[in-house]
Amino acid sequence: MRRFLDRHWYAYAMVLPVVVVIAVLVLFPLAQGVFFTFTNINEGNIANPILDRPATYVSVGLDNYLNILSGDASYGAFWGTLVRTLIWTFGCVFFHYTIGLGLALLLNREVRGRAVYRVLLILPWAVPAFISAFAWKYMFNAQYGIINQVLRFFGLPDPVWLGQSDWALVAVMIVNTWLGVPFMMVALLGGLQSIPGDLYEAAEVDGATAWQRFRNVTLPGLRSVSSTVVLLGIIWTFNMFAIIYLITGPNPNTRILVTYAFERFFSGASRDFAVASTYGVLILSVLLVFAGVYRRALRKQGEVW
Amino acid sequence: MTVEAASLKAVPRARAPKRSQRSLPAGVGLHAALVVASLIAVFPVFWVLVTSFKPDAKAVETTPKLLNDSSLDNYGRILAGEKGDFLAWFGNSVLIALMTTVLAVFLSATTGYAASRFRFPGKRSLMLSFLVVQMFPFAVLIVPLYNILLALGLQGTSLGLVLVYCTTAVPFCTYMLKGYFDTIPTDIDEAGRVDGLSPFGVFWRLVLPLARPGLAVTAFYAFLTAWGEVAFASAFLSAADESKTLAVGLQVFVQQNRTEWGHLAAASILVAIPAIVVFYLVQRFLVTGLSSGAVKG
Repeated sequence: MRRFLDRHWYAYAMVLPVVVVIAVLVLFPLAQGVFFTFTNINEGNIANPILDRPATYVSVGLDNYLNILSGDASYGAFWGTLVRTLIWTFGCVFFHYTIGLGLALLLNREVRGRAVYRVLLILPWAVPAFISAFAWKYMFNAQYGIINQVLRFFGLPDPVWLGQSDWALVAVMIVNTWLGVPFMMVALLGGLQSIPGDLYEAAEVDGATAWQRFRNVTLPGLRSVSSTVVLLGIIWTFNMFAIIYLITGPNPNTRILVTYAFERFFSGASRDFAVASTYGVLILSVLLVFAGVYRRALRKQGEVW
Repeated sequence: MTVEAASLKAVPRARAPKRSQRSLPAGVGLHAALVVASLIAVFPVFWVLVTSFKPDAKAVETTPKLLNDSSLDNYGRILAGEKGDFLAWFGNSVLIALMTTVLAVFLSATTGYAASRFRFPGKRSLMLSFLVVQMFPFAVLIVPLYNILLALGLQGTSLGLVLVYCTTAVPFCTYMLKGYFDTIPTDIDEAGRVDGLSPFGVFWRLVLPLARPGLAVTAFYAFLTAWGEVAFASAFLSAADESKTLAVGLQVFVQQNRTEWGHLAAASILVAIPAIVVFYLVQRFLVTGLSSGAVKG
């Protein structure tokens, strides 16, 4: 035991603060949250130290899970919402990645004014998300929003973007794409810069076309960066709450799992903590399963992650 | 600083095609694509800036003009506190964001260094748990978190909020910094040890100064996390107007005054300025700092 401590003392001392903070503020609440999913806890029966009222919620077994997984509309139509969440997540991450990669390839060339382009292109990342949400909400307004003005000018249809239709989902996906491209672009640009130039030269000597160089040198060179940022992008987008909530509010056409959990939590007189927590556990389960599958798929390709 | 130069050389740069080799149409196309993308990236911010000078009534006209009765009026009213205690919110946000930045950078630097340099039991599960922490939808942790902060006596305080933000920022920052530390040769650590420094001394005096780009990106990320967060701030800060952060304060402002776009735009610009200043200070480090983290992930 002494030898063990002697050897690892420094490492543990450096890691300890983070472990304590995460344990107290994430793992413990998580355990409590999981416990809540088996109860009927809400605003009315939770212990309230200010009113000096003891907790009166009771265990309901698996009822919350059964209610939600039955797909009942009064419990957020789980399956429909899950499908919408998947469309939202994969749509956004697809555009993040392809646009981010395209811009990174352009910026990786020797082009006049590269530094200026780079600063301008990263700007959306620097603006706080709630400010971006206001800005886009203003621009998407059906009557006085600049986007519909421009569409009208060109004689194109000008939909009510943020109303009760699928246009609302398109609108929030556009905003989230705008918001998420800079991160992907910067990460992929770094990845591109770490691919040795000799590989391109060798490929060129062998007579590879630009497309073949992209397929056989660039993409494999980016694989490790890509696998990380795509996984992170999927996790973050799946849980993206602020953009949807601030732009469309509790609109069923843009409802994803996280925003519904939050709706359940905050709006309505009941403040249904139990159902909100159950949604939280279900979200975590979906992401864990996804990460496991993703990891296995990467491992098959010989990736170390 | 020969060491720094050597460590930078360790990452070979891709050979960029020479400008002269490119045909004229290709060059035009390249610039056209970059200009269009830049316009899309900048336009929303530009449009808010333009709107911020307009009176509310002119911000909602059906044929918008660039300038219309524009003045600094909106800014004056907001700074004078006519629309809520803006300066107090601003001060709270600055305090909370800076505290989060300092704490998150410190915590993730020590953890990232330990994960990069030492092999210790539990390291793998620690790094995996950081990934899982990213997955949990924090919005639904609010009740348990509220109870814990209450028990710790931190409910309603800035420190409580700072700690919560750290749980969001630190896992990602640790991954990033671990990757960055991995690119710094371990010879440096060994040389430091031979010269009689403790592992903490090596970390503090040799490795941290070399890791500045990584630290800058970490700071940027942590600052933005705290500066723009809405949900926790609305749940955990007391309802008193003077304890709100900007994200919460402006939120109330939108709901009560749906049409005051001119004022909201002016407030938004004032909120965006510090974030953009921080961004400008670190932007030259962003590519190296972020990518080495993501490459080694």
